[in-house]
This record gives sequence, C-alpha cells and structure tokens, in this order.
Amino acid sequence: MSTVLLLLITGVGLGALYFLVASGLSLIYGLMGVLNFAHGSFLTLSGFLGWEVGRRVGDGTWLGLVVGMLVGLVAGALVAAITELVFIRRLYNRHIEQVLVTVGLGLASVALFEGIWGSDPIQISVPGWLRETTEILGSHIPNDRWLLIGAAVVVLALIVLFLQRTSYGLVIRAGVENRTMVTALGIDVRRAFTIVFAIGGAAAGLGGVLASVYFGTVSAHQGTSLLIYAFIVTVIGGLGSLSGAAIASVLVAVIQQFANYYWGIGDLAIVLALAVVVLVRPTGLMGKVKH
Amino acid sequence: MSAILTARGLSARIAGQQVVEDVSFDVAAQGVTALLGRNGVGKSSTIKALLGLTERTGEVTFDGTRIDRMLTHRIVRQGIAYVPEDREVFSQLTVEENLRLAERDGAPNRAIIGELFPELLERARQQAGTLSGGQQQMVSLSRALMNENRLLLVDEPTKGLAPLIVGTVTKALQAAAERMPMLLVEQNLQVVRDLAHTVIVLSGGRVVHTGPAAEFLDSELVHRHLGVSTDTEAA
Repeated sequence: MSTVLLLLITGVGLGALYFLVASGLSLIYGLMGVLNFAHGSFLTLSGFLGWEVGRRVGDGTWLGLVVGMLVGLVAGALVAAITELVFIRRLYNRHIEQVLVTVGLGLASVALFEGIWGSDPIQISVPGWLRETTEILGSHIPNDRWLLIGAAVVVLALIVLFLQRTSYGLVIRAGVENRTMVTALGIDVRRAFTIVFAIGGAAAGLGGVLASVYFGTVSAHQGTSLLIYAFIVTVIGGLGSLSGAAIASVLVAVIQQFANYYWGIGDLAIVLALAVVVLVRPTGLMGKVKH
Repeated sequence: MSAILTARGLSARIAGQQVVEDVSFDVAAQGVTALLGRNGVGKSSTIKALLGLTERTGEVTFDGTRIDRMLTHRIVRQGIAYVPEDREVFSQLTVEENLRLAERDGAPNRAIIGELFPELLERARQQAGTLSGGQQQMVSLSRALMNENRLLLVDEPTKGLAPLIVGTVTKALQAAAERMPMLLVEQNLQVVRDLAHTVIVLSGGRVVHTGPAAEFLDSELVHRHLGVSTDTEAA
C-alpha cells in the first residue's frame, strides 16, 4: 500500500513537471498550429538563469529559490515572446520551415548552453526541507513533489483564469477552435500568438527551475529530454487542450512510475500508451477536430 | 449605380490549386448583389479572396481604398462584415462570448439582435455548439450586423436550414440590406429573387454574366449557367 501511494504521489509530482512544459506546447499548437521544438530551450535557459540569480541571492535558501523561480518565469516568457516575434511570426502556415527553424534553435541553443555552462550537469543546492520526506500512510513522500504539484496547480489555475476572464483569453479560446474566423471578425490574432508564446514560455521557465530542484542538477540537456515527454503528453491529451494536457501529464507520469518500478519499462510503457491513443483516438483524450 | 467594391483580375488558389481565375466585377453601393453559379464554381472562394482568406492575386478596391494587400483583420476593420458558409460559430464558446468577440470599436448595436433574433438573448449563456443550425446562423448574422459596416459579404446563409428559418434569415437579410450593400452567395433562387437587384454569374472560375436579378432569373440563362429550370428555381 505504501509503495503504491509513494508511486502515485511521486507520479503526480513528475506529472506536474510535465504539465508545466506541455501546457505551453499544447496552447501554442492549438492556437497557431506551431510544433515548437525550441520549447525545451526556454526551459533550459530559464533553469540556468534561475539558478545563477537564485544562488547569488541565497544559495540553498527559500529566498534564493523563490527569486530563481521568478527569474525563470520572466526569462521563459521573454525568450518565448522574442522567439515568436523574430522567427515564428514570419513562418505561419509554413509548417516545414517552422519545424526546421525551431529544431535548429533547439540544437543551437543546447550548443550555446554547453559553451557557457559546460556539458556536465551542475549540482544545485535547495532548501533543506525539499531534500526531506513527509510520511503519509507509511509512505515517505519527497517534499519537492509537493512544491511541483503546488506550482502546477497554481499555473493551471492562473492560465484557466486568464483564458476565461480576459478578452485575450476569449480570443485565444476562439482561435484554438477556428483561427481563420477570428481574423475574419477583424481581430489581429498575432497579438494573441505572442501572448500564448509568452505564457507557454513562462510556464516552461518555471518548469526549468523546478526541474533543477527535482533532478538536483541543471544541465544543458534538461529541456531536450523533458520536451520529448511533453510532446507525448500533448498528443495524448489532445493538441490544443489545456485540460487534456493536465490529465495526460498525470496519466503519463503515473504510468511511467509504476511501469518503471515493477517492470523497469517506464519509457516503453508511455510510448505504448501514446501508440494506443493515436490509433484509438487520434485527436487525443480531450482534443477536438479543428476547422 | 456606383460601386462600393471592385475586383479586377482577381484569381485565387487553395492548396496550390486555381479555384478562381481572372475574375472582374463590381458590387453596387446599394442593395444586394448576388454571386451565383453551380456548385464548386468558386463563389465562396471569391468571397474569401476578397477578404484575403485565400492566396490571391489581382486588384480589389473598397470604397476607393486598395485592400488586396491588406491582412484580413485590417480589411474587415475597413467596414466589411463576413457571414461565412456553414456559420462557423465558435462552438465551445457561449452565444454571449461569440457576440462579445465580434464587437468592434466600442459601440456595437446590440439592440438589433433583440429586434431580429430575440431568442438569442434568451440563449446568451448556451454553448453555441449546442444550438440548432438556424440558431447558429442567427449568431453568425448577429456578429456581422451588430457593428457599423459598409459592406456585408454573406455566403450561403440559408444552406441546410428548415423553410421556416429560411424565412427568418431572409427577413433579417432584407433588414440588413436597407442599412448597407451586400454581396450574397446563395443557391436558393427564391431567396435571390426576394433580395437581389443584380446578379454576377460565375462559370468555370470566370464571370459569364452580369445584370439585373429579375431579368436573369426569368431567362433561360438560369438553366444554361446554373443547371436549373426557371420553374423549379432551386439549384
């Protein structure tokens, strides 16, 4: 029982991390039809910048971590918005070029990060409580999972509030459904594109800092490896569906944890889950056929 | 009669395929101009080309301003409203959200919705995807009529609607035509007869006839260009 609970909660914690990356990816694809392979770079850069600033403010302290998270959030949003404005805006509806540019950005940025911070993972310090565990029904749950879950819940709530309560949120919800018709109502949907990129980048940036807490390291390849799982989550949840991304994040991570623990085949299990969803329900769990 | 919109040498491509070729026509500054033709002849593509919703070449002038190099949202903001084929309401949004999204420039005329389609006000919180086809058409028309526009582009507004709803939609279009000129694509020739002053007929992606609507509808040209007899008047 305690093992099951441990796997379940740590799975939800890992799912929270996947969600932070996948939420932006899903919204960006849903609104703009852009498969953003540079999304992992937003995460990695934010992770490094958050760590650099955080350790100067207070290495291994809560203040340092919170400042690092804020830096990651802002850095992710800025880099994503600049990427959209400089590279992606010229390439809407040119899908091959989008893939080439974002893959190129992803590869080039990893090389750049290796040049600056080296290719080996760097150990980081975190507040002591995050290295401890909390006992629940006999299970010792690592405390950093609570931080991940809390952050993902807050991010999900803020994105939902933004989408439901603001005029740009309305444009984004409509644009995910039928972008052409939004422009035919006289709305400049490009502003919404930049905002969605910034939101996605901010979530990924926060995810970058929290990923370094989860793994205990920052590395130039952190974004690339998480991006693969985020794409799987995005496809399983349904491209463009925020709720789908949330459900699929938890589902994928929990399956991965259980399959890893009992059979050592976590990655194989989620690839099989992806194959089943693509074959049985090509639009994903919560995805809809677009106009 | 003067023209509010002129198209010269307009061509359009969809997915690399030529769907409209070197079309030239005028839309009158008053009343309803109907764009007719058999299925697949490029009527909807012509309207989309005017709005920049398809890849296009040629010259389009709206009230003296060249709009063929403008982005779609800028063309619409010149004062051109669009009611698309198949309604294209945002099915996940409520009726109210669909209308709010369409509001432009601060002072939308919400009263007109109450006058033309009072039942929409009762369904403000209903998800648009759960509305009937007729109700969705009311939402689509309301989105276009609530703003101050100078031209209305309407694509197959009665397609797939029950006869009773066709009457409601036709009355709404008549009311709209009193306020602004309209370019109408319509297969139901009775609706064309009720609304249009002028017809432009497309065949093979080209304009083959332009003239008064009543004259065309009473002639054998209907059979030649639309493939229907004047007795049945339904394409």
